[in-house]
Amino acid sequence: MPSNLKFSDDALALVHKIIKRYPEGKQKSALLPLLHLAQAEFGGWLSPEAMDYVASLLNILPVEVYEVATFYSMYNMKPVGKCVLEVCRTGPCWLMGAEDIVAYMEKKLNIKAGETTADGMFTLKTVECLAACGTAPVMQVGETYHENLTCEKVDSILNDYRANVKEPISHFAKKHIKG
Amino acid sequence: MGKKLLLQHINVPGIETYSVYREKGGYASVEKALKMKPDDVVEEVKKSGLRGRGGAGFPTGMKWSFIDKKTPNPHYLVCNADESEPGTFKDRYLMQKLPHALVEGMIVSSFALDAHTAYIYIRGELLYVYHILEKAIAEAYEAGWLGKNIQGSGFDLDLYVHPGAGAYICGEETGLIESLEGKRGNPRMKPPFPAIQGLWMCPTVVNNVETIAAVPHVLNMGGEEYAKIGVGKSTGTKLISACGHIKKPGVYEIDLGLPVQEFLYSDEYCGGIRNDKKFKAIVAGGSSVPILPAELFLTTAKGEPRLMSYESLSDGGFATGTMLGSGGFIVMDDSVSVVKNLYNFTRFYHHESCGQCSPCREGTGWMEKVLHKIIDGHGKMSDIDLLWDVQAKIEGRTICPLGDAAAWPVASAIRHFRKEFEELIQNQEKVKSVNYLQELIEA
Repeated sequence: MPSNLKFSDDALALVHKIIKRYPEGKQKSALLPLLHLAQAEFGGWLSPEAMDYVASLLNILPVEVYEVATFYSMYNMKPVGKCVLEVCRTGPCWLMGAEDIVAYMEKKLNIKAGETTADGMFTLKTVECLAACGTAPVMQVGETYHENLTCEKVDSILNDYRANVKEPISHFAKKHIKG
Repeated sequence: MGKKLLLQHINVPGIETYSVYREKGGYASVEKALKMKPDDVVEEVKKSGLRGRGGAGFPTGMKWSFIDKKTPNPHYLVCNADESEPGTFKDRYLMQKLPHALVEGMIVSSFALDAHTAYIYIRGELLYVYHILEKAIAEAYEAGWLGKNIQGSGFDLDLYVHPGAGAYICGEETGLIESLEGKRGNPRMKPPFPAIQGLWMCPTVVNNVETIAAVPHVLNMGGEEYAKIGVGKSTGTKLISACGHIKKPGVYEIDLGLPVQEFLYSDEYCGGIRNDKKFKAIVAGGSSVPILPAELFLTTAKGEPRLMSYESLSDGGFATGTMLGSGGFIVMDDSVSVVKNLYNFTRFYHHESCGQCSPCREGTGWMEKVLHKIIDGHGKMSDIDLLWDVQAKIEGRTICPLGDAAAWPVASAIRHFRKEFEELIQNQEKVKSVNYLQELIEA
């Protein structure tokens, strides 16, 4: 399928730098980092076109990209809001009240975990252990960890994002793609 | 107070930068190693008794000595920074605050292993730490500690960071290698072990972040001196990430052999149970290790005080003991339902099973379903035996240890807290009412 998608010049420069980290003929190793870049560049999720484009950059079959993209939980296989709120639900966070935090956010945003608000601003996602159990409960948004969450803290974080976020936030932050 | 090695300089302002790290004696171990023969570096690590800090506790020097030296293929060192074991957050802390400690360890370890390319595989969620490491690596190249002919020694090394993308299974070393090759993180059958055929089928050593960061200290002190810290075969210091219902959660560096009583209750470490509640149970080495009731944790079945060491924590086997594991120390007070906590852990393993082996793929799902049925007020007494049966059929029957890791929490919860399962099942009409679980525990 011909694709109209193309990385920015900055992202392409980074792609070439990343591919060179692996021996010749082993460029497929760059797949995971490239999919992070694709998600950052193409609206926060991996469309079939985005995956086909990454396959073409690495000279591998599209199916090799699909099978990998669907295996890892950080890749979004459908469109998401500008801010993906990834709340940890595992053991230590659960002990410290993560269930209540998720329930509070569901009520406040009027969506269930896994859904996106009607205005396209927020997607609520529950995730497994984020390795921040000492500051539980925890949520990740892009590359930022919000720790020791309380309902009041959630309120101010959401207000802040609503007021200030214009472009989608990605795990591989845009500032690291530029130059 | 124990000896501080890994965290000695962690609170020095600017320690994440090359200049401050170097001022504090950083990279001295590289200078020392480059004057030695690689095999002598391996020998020092063997003498130190250093054991893998990721969870399995396998002797590091021995792992290094397995690397295939006859093959013409290049050797690789891969650092396992895929820290995902629930309760464990020590590597994140170390890398974020002391990125150069890992870079220094990677250089010395690569030299010992005759590796000229090395990778740090970091879990994707920690992309912000990925950028911190990239900066430290760039500084190390600039200062001549990486690249061609390091410090005029003739030794070449390229070091790169590689991000994962959200998969617990990639913390298993062969799953990690598959992932680093750009594939799904399905663990490989062993043998061949990675030291013979690992990354791109070349000899590869995979070591945890904390293990690699300990190597410079082994070299600076000498293996024999390092081995004097600790107790028995548990040598050196260990990072413990403490969380749950304690007054002072955080990452602590202890001398192995510290009494658990002191670690849990002293103000220097956890500071005791918060809100003056009672200490009920603990998962002492990351979610995969057996849960223990308070009394069996503090004192072994033989009545001896337990120590924070590989041997003491496993004293009594799984009947009455547990494991040091990754050092993920999850403390629970008496407000916790062990069954509900188990449901949470089991859901985690079901979510994270790669799906290759039927016992794990199907078994974790069935255990999650049965546990959900019990906490939802629809359990039968026979469900407890069913759970026991399923976990026993997973353990030891899978390619990688994720199956065991899913089975052990279930087996140990039934072994030590069977009464809690029974109470939930006997009172299921009440369980359906929202607050009953809490009432039952508090009664």
